[in-house]
Amino acid sequence: MFGWFKSREERSKEALRDRLELVLAYDRANVSPGKIDALRADLLEVVRKHFPAGESSIEVEQMGDKMVLSANIPLESGTRPGPRRG
Amino acid sequence: MDAKVIVVTSGKGGVGKTTTTANIGAALAKQGEKTAVIDVDVGLRNLDVVMGLESRVVFDLIDVLEGKCKLNQALIRDKRVENLYLMPASQTRDKDALDPEVFKQVIDRLLNEEGFDRILVDSPAGIESGFKTAAAPAQGALVVVNPEVSSVRDADRIIGLLEAHQVGEIRLVINRLRPAMVASGNMLSEADMVNILNVKPIGIIPEDDGIIVSTNVGEPAVLGQSRAGQAFMDTARRIRGEDVPFPVYGEEPAGGFWARLRKLLGGA
Ligand SMILES: Nc1ncnc2c1ncn2[C@@H]1O[C@H](COP(=O)(O)OP(=O)(O)OP(=O)(O)O)[C@@H](O)[C@H]1O
Ligand SMILES: [Mg+2]
Repeated sequence: MFGWFKSREERSKEALRDRLELVLAYDRANVSPGKIDALRADLLEVVRKHFPAGESSIEVEQMGDKMVLSANIPLESGTRPGPRRG
Repeated sequence: MDAKVIVVTSGKGGVGKTTTTANIGAALAKQGEKTAVIDVDVGLRNLDVVMGLESRVVFDLIDVLEGKCKLNQALIRDKRVENLYLMPASQTRDKDALDPEVFKQVIDRLLNEEGFDRILVDSPAGIESGFKTAAAPAQGALVVVNPEVSSVRDADRIIGLLEAHQVGEIRLVINRLRPAMVASGNMLSEADMVNILNVKPIGIIPEDDGIIVSTNVGEPAVLGQSRAGQAFMDTARRIRGEDVPFPVYGEEPAGGFWARLRKLLGGA
């Protein structure tokens, strides 16, 4: 019973720490999270247009005290630009 | 309460205004009212994190006031509860960007254009401009008070100011009550506070670790199971005009559950 309580509390602390890290990063960078999310989604759509098969990802990352959007776009051999969707 | 626009205020900081706004807002929405919660604590916004909606903030109240976005672009719809919307404060601007008259117009548009049934305004601590702006459009107020001397004193001050601002329906939310301490005579009881402040109570919320856990994960307590969450649900029902009796916390035997159990088993 107490073990369960403890694990729930530990879980909630982990959640809090993760949320705080992000919140503070956005606060310090002076941007709103939703804007970056929208930018990320737009960028991803463009990337997917050119590499429809690729497992690309764009993540918000903390580098030192800077926040960066980093794109991971695997350029596999045989991957040709896909047809333009429209 | 008849008031559609209700300011949540306290005078003293840290007594539970934001917690109360998030939970009663979510409770009212759960009970079927289209509800907006608005953070007026410009520069120190927190309602977004308490509600777990921080990652979805794009535009904020100041953007609306300055016409930089459409009204509904600054409303974040809570996907967990139907009918619940948050308008966040700006974290980067300062309070001077808030004009009480323009704020009032925004509230009117939320009622008339967006069709909200109820609007809760989370006020910043203190009695300065932020509080005055938050109170400007309100017809009702929830004064959050803790059972301790400085909170009661500041609540009294705020109640006077609210009356001076022509806020009609003023109700007390007594927060962080510890029944065992009340029973042992070491904490003001709900009745004491109601007598001293001469304002009707509408909610009595116990001290509850569940509030800390729910804040950690960003999920209002009324969406889970906890004593405080239940008390907030009851408070929302009373706001909606239901006759929900108050639990008699003060008469609980000292030591709470274990003492009750001992008593039940015939012990002292
Ligand atoms: N009933 C409760 N039981 C336990 N903890 C509580 C309860 N109510 C509030 N708290 C805790 O008290 C702290 C202050 O609460 P909150 O931020 O809601 O206060 P506030 O009045 O909005 O503060 P501020 O004046 O800074 O805006 C928070 O850590 C919150 O989790
Ligand atoms: Mg607050």
